[in-house]
Amino acid sequence: MQPSNPNPVDRDPQGRYPQGGLAFQHRDLTGIAQLARHEILYLLDEAEQWVELNRQSHKRAEVLSGLTIINAFFENSTRTLLSFEIAGKRLGADVVNMHAATSSVKKGETLIDTAMTLNAMRADAIVIRHGSSGAVRLIAEKVDCPVLNAGDGQHEHPTQALLDALTMRHALKLAPGSDLNGLKVTICGDILHSRVARSNILSLTALGADISVCAPPALMPADIEAMGVRVFHDFDAALKGAQIVMMLRLQQERMQGQFIPSPREYRYLYGLTLDRLAKADPAALVMHPGPMNRGIEIDSQVADHPTRSLITDQVERGVAIRMACLDVLTRRTRRVPGWDALSGDAA
Amino acid sequence: MTPRPLTIIGGRLVLPEGEPVLGAIRCVDGRIAAIGPDVQAHDGDDVVDARGALVAPGLVDLGVFAVDKPAFHFGGITRAALMPDQSPPLDHPARVRFAAQWGKPDMWVHPLAAATVGLEGAHLAELALMRDAGARAVATGRQWIGDSGVMLRLLSYCAMLGLVVVTHAEDAGVTGSAVATAGEMATRLGLPSAPAEAEALAVARDIALAEMTGARLHFRQVTTARALDLVRAAKARGIRVTAGVTPAHFMLSDLELANFRTFCRLSPPLRSDADRKAVIAAIADGTIDVIGSGHDPRGAEDKRLPFSDAEPGMAGAETLLPLTLTLVRDGHIDMARAFALLARSPATLLGVDAGVLCAGAQADIALVDPVRPWIVDSDKMAAAAGNTPFDRRPVEGRVVALFKGGSRVD
Repeated sequence: MQPSNPNPVDRDPQGRYPQGGLAFQHRDLTGIAQLARHEILYLLDEAEQWVELNRQSHKRAEVLSGLTIINAFFENSTRTLLSFEIAGKRLGADVVNMHAATSSVKKGETLIDTAMTLNAMRADAIVIRHGSSGAVRLIAEKVDCPVLNAGDGQHEHPTQALLDALTMRHALKLAPGSDLNGLKVTICGDILHSRVARSNILSLTALGADISVCAPPALMPADIEAMGVRVFHDFDAALKGAQIVMMLRLQQERMQGQFIPSPREYRYLYGLTLDRLAKADPAALVMHPGPMNRGIEIDSQVADHPTRSLITDQVERGVAIRMACLDVLTRRTRRVPGWDALSGDAA
Repeated sequence: MTPRPLTIIGGRLVLPEGEPVLGAIRCVDGRIAAIGPDVQAHDGDDVVDARGALVAPGLVDLGVFAVDKPAFHFGGITRAALMPDQSPPLDHPARVRFAAQWGKPDMWVHPLAAATVGLEGAHLAELALMRDAGARAVATGRQWIGDSGVMLRLLSYCAMLGLVVVTHAEDAGVTGSAVATAGEMATRLGLPSAPAEAEALAVARDIALAEMTGARLHFRQVTTARALDLVRAAKARGIRVTAGVTPAHFMLSDLELANFRTFCRLSPPLRSDADRKAVIAAIADGTIDVIGSGHDPRGAEDKRLPFSDAEPGMAGAETLLPLTLTLVRDGHIDMARAFALLARSPATLLGVDAGVLCAGAQADIALVDPVRPWIVDSDKMAAAAGNTPFDRRPVEGRVVALFKGGSRVD
């Protein structure tokens, strides 16, 4: 149903990527849905070097020196904004943050006007978070520089899905270039409102994982089976055999008694406790995109578990993934050899 | 000043029944004086040669949101029933009287009175006063009336007044803030969505209330198989309900939402392809009585927004006729029925003596080349705005001349 990637090129039998810009033929990163499998793997592999750099005491490369990156966040965010800001700075770019709370957006300026304003300031990349599905794509159509989606409504959050895949690959000690073939992943929580779930379903299915989703019926989107996942309402059943358990944040502000009776009752049915985790694979690992509601969707003993929780690893990989995305998407601007302008409508 | 009599010769007459027949039509004092194969022009008549075009009734567009004369004339529309969703709403006799004059003389507007004050669904508006100020029917507006008690009292009151009630069929409790029909497409795009059954729920309730009160109820748009089944069954039981639809719901499905195209943000939202086919079947079997444009021109300030922030609605007046003609070309209906859907049935609902070519009726006439090809272009519309979901679509069928009350419309 989504437009398929027009690029027929894939990795060769030795696992090498297409040359230069053929490895990633998009100007923007608006969603995982637009990416081919090898493009997802390419971004993961590109991030490996930045994981290494970020562990050095001198965490700086001058790759994006002289470039201006605007983080335009129309929705509140702490960790994603910080992660993008650190990623840009570690690559040597000038990073500017625009918060909706302090912007003219509150004064009634339209999204398009804001986009045109940002464009006129000659940013070299714009990172956008917005509360409406499709808003990032709308802006991408109106500006001249690469646009990165840092979360649009209930649609996609592609860098989160990429950092989750990289975290899984590292936790399972898989080599660079590997996919996640056969990995059993259970995603539990408010699937309906979750862009993290949608992007993860797209990227994990592309990488060959076997996905189950679990939520009460009111928080499960219609026909989600069509995205290639198995649907559960019973958490214990969904956990059976899971090697990765990904918990989603219960957005309490959205619930208002309409979707679930109470946080307490939600925890009773869907809270990840140590006892519940025992129903999964004995070595199952736990992930959460944050911020967590401790004691609701996840208990502290699970979240802080020294060997089973990957939650801080996710945050660490997030910076590396965002560095990789900023690097790859600005290569055409920077005239990196082999990265010529895109031909045709491949954005 | 009374215009001279008009005789249109050399055309194929679209009569209430059967295939178009070669013949002529003669109009005197704004009304049809004679029509048929043997009609001749009299000395002193203005004579127009239709050159083989269809001679059809001017369209009667039931349920438009704006009076947009250039678009209506392009589309062959000579009368439009205006929804009460204006600013301010048509909930006062003075505003109804004013709206009834908007398009004259070459375009007649038939205001639909707001059923409730401010269209808020709580207090009945002054329906008898608005009727006598020129309201041709009563409408609930873009929304349904959620309170069943209010709807019951509205229907019984309108049954007494002899006014048709035009209602929007979506259960607002189920739809909430949805902008799409629940299904794979809405799920992939992360759009707030509601199950298609929201329509059947509303239709079921309102049919029950219509049966109880004997009111004449018209569902402005019925777009799902389940709700159409309910209408079909109600008609079979003899309940006085009718149903309408716009071309969007027999031409398009929710697959069009890909890329978040806000020109496809409609109310009710686009449905599944199975529902689209059910709409065509319902047009063919007579369950659907009216095809309207739902004309609602919206500029960039309403449409160039993220999908769920955009306003619903399409500029439909120009494409109403050619898209309906696709149903004739595909063999679902014949030409006489196409114009019954576009003109005769809505005219009957509104109680106006137009919408049909017969002696004595108002001489509202469209000359139509039914196979003339053209391409819909959002940038070059006659409408006040180009928000058409059919942009770039090649279509066939174009109005070549239009007459309102026997006078040519330029």
